[in-house]
Amino acid sequence: MSRFLGALSLAAAGVLAAMPVAAHAQDTTYRGIFLGGTYDPLRDKVGIAVLPVPGAFGDSVRAIIQRDLDFSDRFTVIPVDSADPAAINSPGAAGGLNYSIFARLAASAIVKITPVGNALHVALHDVSKAQVVNVHDFALPATGLSRDWRQAVHRTSDEIERWITGQAGIAATRVAYMRGQSIRVVDSDGASEITVPTEENGVSPSWNPSGTMLAYTTYGTDSRLIVIDLSTGRSRTVSGPSRNTIFITPVFTPDGTQLVYSRSGEDQADLYITGVSGGDAAHRLTPGRGAQNTNPTLSPDGRRIVYVSNVLGRPELYIMDADGTNAEVLTNYEDSEKNYRSDPDWAPDGRWIAYQERIKDRFQIRAIRAAGGTPKLFTSEGENEQPSWAPDARHLVFTSTRTGVRQLWVLDTESNRVRQLTKSGGSRLASWSPRLAAQQ
Amino acid sequence: MMRTRRIAVLTTAMLSAVTIGACHKKPAPQPAPVPAAQPAGPNADSARLAQEAAARQAAADAAARRRADSLAAANAANNGAASAASLRSALTATVHFEFDQSDLRADDKAILDAKVPILQANPGVAIRIGGHTDERGSDEYNLALGQRRAAAAKAYLVQHGIPAARIETISYGEERPVAQGADESAWAQNRRAEFEITAGGQTLRRP
Repeated sequence: MSRFLGALSLAAAGVLAAMPVAAHAQDTTYRGIFLGGTYDPLRDKVGIAVLPVPGAFGDSVRAIIQRDLDFSDRFTVIPVDSADPAAINSPGAAGGLNYSIFARLAASAIVKITPVGNALHVALHDVSKAQVVNVHDFALPATGLSRDWRQAVHRTSDEIERWITGQAGIAATRVAYMRGQSIRVVDSDGASEITVPTEENGVSPSWNPSGTMLAYTTYGTDSRLIVIDLSTGRSRTVSGPSRNTIFITPVFTPDGTQLVYSRSGEDQADLYITGVSGGDAAHRLTPGRGAQNTNPTLSPDGRRIVYVSNVLGRPELYIMDADGTNAEVLTNYEDSEKNYRSDPDWAPDGRWIAYQERIKDRFQIRAIRAAGGTPKLFTSEGENEQPSWAPDARHLVFTSTRTGVRQLWVLDTESNRVRQLTKSGGSRLASWSPRLAAQQ
Repeated sequence: MMRTRRIAVLTTAMLSAVTIGACHKKPAPQPAPVPAAQPAGPNADSARLAQEAAARQAAADAAARRRADSLAAANAANNGAASAASLRSALTATVHFEFDQSDLRADDKAILDAKVPILQANPGVAIRIGGHTDERGSDEYNLALGQRRAAAAKAYLVQHGIPAARIETISYGEERPVAQGADESAWAQNRRAEFEITAGGQTLRRP
């Protein structure tokens, strides 16, 4: 049996019908790549060739898109020798692509990119159909290799991925994190790093749902809850300072209008919710009673919160309704085992909650379902902490000491492939952005 | 320290005033030399010489006393400074904690006990307690743990009669280690609460 790898065929295939991919069935511009045999989008990779790109920044465009496709872990990029363009064209006057050669190279799709003015003209060829199945012109900022220009190329990669698999890629995303005492933002491929101009002692950056703002807190004297607008670089205090109090671990609600955070006083630390604009009264969610409640993460529908509490002694993950009711322990799956579990992050598709757990005196990354049950274990080498999901709910960025110093790494939770994101030691506390629109 | 020094200076000034007063008074009973009725002969000369000698002696005595007084003042100031420094170091002595704990150990309590009388004797003094953790544990959870450690130290002082309003608590989590290294020795030094005098530290009175 052969299948179209497309939204309609994915929706028709019983196994994958539940995936959000089905929404793309209504997108009339979508045309997928025809693949022989049975294809599992979680395990199988699509063979893809990106032809050499002409023009001043052609080599950079091609290198970035090839890397994006590779980092998506959903494609096998087939190398095509750019020194011999004749080999990829059919002999004769027409000079079309020699599809049979690509078929022999196990490429199912071919991407042909031509710079046209301030745009990239992209044509997607289906090797088995021997024809172009999609074309589009992607606008490109005039300044080659600039931060915006790179994002535009990343968005092109993500759209090519959506054409082929029905799901956009995660190349046009960024990771906010801490190095030293600074909050930084870096592209998903490790390029274009900037330092965010935060207030002194800023920590724990966390994205708003549109990727235009970061929430963070400060520690030490005059601890505050702050939101920074990344387009203006301006920080605005949402709450604090309050004497004898530290504000920590802020996250936006999925609608972006409120912040959930922990406010740690002298007797207890509680989760609170307040409006992003500031000036609103903060509403307490956890009952305190001497416990330390921190690190909230919300379900994508905003109805439930997983957080860390030491109400039973050691830090464990708890789950409650967003109004603070029905709290119950989530990770106490072995009653005899008193452990240290923290730093939860709820996947954007709602299925898994990643967190860190102390195993043999070192933290490792695990994930558990909201309903509990047996958790997955993702890491074992060095100490691995602070997981944050990519918008595809498949990749995680996390802090690892596997090379001796703390660096950010990216894990594909389907294939267990890892890559190093940062190159400077002491990188930590990563937060993966949502997919970013243009002009950010 | 300032206070002690001021007292010393004041004492010196008073002593000097007394000395100066004595200088004026002492020769008073003696007949003032009147040039018109100046007696001729050796008697008059001896009287004048004796008078001058007495004046010289008085001046020398006064100088000696002034020197002794300023020496005493300097020593008092010095002792005052030493005392202020020891009071200050007792007030700012650091306490330490066990891993993931904010309970006070017995040695912590002894350190805090030493602060109580100093804080009681100096009601104008305000302090800030900064809680710290080692690098283990969650970076963010440690910010809350640091706050709890500062709060535990504060609670002990408040239980021993120090008004809560004089003590501020903050947390640095694991962000400001005093010891580098990934071993128990470094961790133990970093799990701490530090004390800082934020007001009234210029003049510390001995309990």
